Amino acid sequence: MKKLAKILCLVLALSMLIACMAGCASSNQAGKPADETPAADAPAQAADGTSGEEGGEIVIALITNTTGDYAQYGIPVHNGAMLYIDQLNEAGGISGKQIKVLEYDDKADGVESVNAFNLACDKGITAVIGSVLTGATIALSDATYEVNMPQITASATAAGVTVMEDTGEVRTNVFRSCFIDPFQGEKMADYAYNVVGAKTAAVFYQTGNDYSEGVMQAFVDKAGELGLEIVASEAFAEGDKDYKAQMTNIAAKNPDVVFAPIYYGEAGLAVTQGRQAGLTAKFLGGDGFGSIKDYASAEDLEGTVYCSGYAPGTESVAQFEADYQTVYGEPVPNMFAPLAYDAAMIMCEGLKAAEEAGLTAGTEEYKQAVIDAIKNMNNVEGITGTYSFDEFNNPIKSAAIIELTGGEEVFKEMY
Amino acid sequence: MSLFFSQLFNGLQTGSVFALVALGYSMVYGIILLLNFAHGDIIMVGAYTAFYAMTTFHLHPIFSVVLAILVSTALGVMIEKVAYTPLRQAPRLSLLITAIGISFLLENGAQLLFGADTKSMDPIITGSVTFSGITISYAAMMTIVVSIVVMLLLTLLVQKTRLGKAMRAVSEDMGAAQLMGISLNKTISFTFAVGSALAGIGSILYLCAYPQASPTMGSMLGLKAFVAAVLGGIGSIPGAMIGGFAIGLLEALVSAVGLSVWKDGVVFAILIVVLLVRPTGILGRKVMEKV
Repeated sequence: MKKLAKILCLVLALSMLIACMAGCASSNQAGKPADETPAADAPAQAADGTSGEEGGEIVIALITNTTGDYAQYGIPVHNGAMLYIDQLNEAGGISGKQIKVLEYDDKADGVESVNAFNLACDKGITAVIGSVLTGATIALSDATYEVNMPQITASATAAGVTVMEDTGEVRTNVFRSCFIDPFQGEKMADYAYNVVGAKTAAVFYQTGNDYSEGVMQAFVDKAGELGLEIVASEAFAEGDKDYKAQMTNIAAKNPDVVFAPIYYGEAGLAVTQGRQAGLTAKFLGGDGFGSIKDYASAEDLEGTVYCSGYAPGTESVAQFEADYQTVYGEPVPNMFAPLAYDAAMIMCEGLKAAEEAGLTAGTEEYKQAVIDAIKNMNNVEGITGTYSFDEFNNPIKSAAIIELTGGEEVFKEMY
Repeated sequence: MSLFFSQLFNGLQTGSVFALVALGYSMVYGIILLLNFAHGDIIMVGAYTAFYAMTTFHLHPIFSVVLAILVSTALGVMIEKVAYTPLRQAPRLSLLITAIGISFLLENGAQLLFGADTKSMDPIITGSVTFSGITISYAAMMTIVVSIVVMLLLTLLVQKTRLGKAMRAVSEDMGAAQLMGISLNKTISFTFAVGSALAGIGSILYLCAYPQASPTMGSMLGLKAFVAAVLGGIGSIPGAMIGGFAIGLLEALVSAVGLSVWKDGVVFAILIVVLLVRPTGILGRKVMEKV
């Protein structure tokens, strides 16, 4: 018995040595196109196990904001994506290769995301999942587009992520698993007019925020088309928590609905302060309202409606919700976790295509193969819907309408 | 017109909080010539105390309020003992830098302890009342009344009690006050205690208006209260009140006319103008340096 153990030890040690040497060789090869890395770096990389191929690993970067102000978006994205990849690795990975994820925290800051990406490139990544907020993701997309690195975001909804706003040029390498800002604004204007039956509306948004202004503009445009009158338009700047004056102005116009395409924390404050200012209108929001139930009282929120990329408790996500609960010990906090799960799924499908074509990780053909595979997806089944991509790399799917009832966020319908 | 009055009350509500915080700045500056930049962060600690007392431990709101004020007071005195007393003979600049350091310590410590995300709670006071078109929330009424009562009490304390007299004496001339038998340490600690208690009350009033606590909530509030204190005349108690209300009303006015995005800019522009035109503020006294 002891002898057997000794032999086993020897075999294992040898195989590790061989793997290590193979790793050295391959990382040297992978290092060739971008010959910037000093030679001394290569063995260190191999020791990290970040070598490109043969060693049996595909390295990708996951850039999310797991700390800071909007961590409530970043943490679920991180967890959702990791859940998919861990499950995939357990099931044998892609073509027998394990997926190694380099995790970075960008604190929702564009500069930090680009730094993280550059670091990750030095370690030989083949794809990027991230970032989370629109601003940081646009900064990151600029960097990935330069090197044609396949990228997918689970949550950045501004049109400008996949299409450059000034030139209209499509960043062909960037995809997303969530729907886009104009889409939400249009949906909610449509919903306010046709389902809620509103005749007048007010908008309340955050200036200087791509997401907020984008959704607001789409809402206003669509409202104009429908004949829904916008009676008040108020805004606030980042970091401001005092909306009493704006809410008083809106209350004075007494609109049927208030559309507030802002994030949960501010949204909770806006609802609370609006009610204190005597505003009785129904609040409508975009996906930024996710988890708003913790940020204002049940009474003030009653009847508030927002659109989301994810319908909690429905059949397609049941398995995911159970798994998430088991792994992270908490229920799925908001739609970003399932969207990230889908984003990871889409990216892995792309990687699979490139691996099956037998291409070398890190090469231009490999990246292009990943991108082409995602671009040509046709109704691939995810947990939040089926995925196909339009000419601007945006997914074609429908929105879930969530209503606040008795302090809970309840799925109402797909609209 | 009714809209104007509604906005006026909005401004008064915000202004009351600024005034209370500005009082803390002013009192401390008055006595040891220190801009206590950690003052805003004491508010943050007070807010977290109230938050945890109410949500995690389900204490009665009144107990939570008292607890928040006690914790703020204790923290203020502790900071004074640990960080400022050893530096009393040091140059003013060292004190100022220490104050900024304490501020960072509190902010980042809170991030470590409580997490970076915003903690939200149900509003302490809900509802509003409308008469002849003017809507005023109960929270606003409460805030304004509480802050006016507190300011009256403070004025009484400073003008009519022995401790108040000692405070005034120390702020006038530290050395002479000591020669007259006034305990310097006690008086300064007492000033910090009162200032921090005001910050504690301010934190509760802040939570009434914006029921959220976050590690950095005190920094902007503190800066604006500082502007209020400078505008009113730093070191002057009625000046801090006037400054606080002025800044609050100005903010509401700027937002009401649709320039909400410029709100912070306007407040800090006031600081620059005051420093250029009248550095002593509205009620500040001119100190003649004897050579």
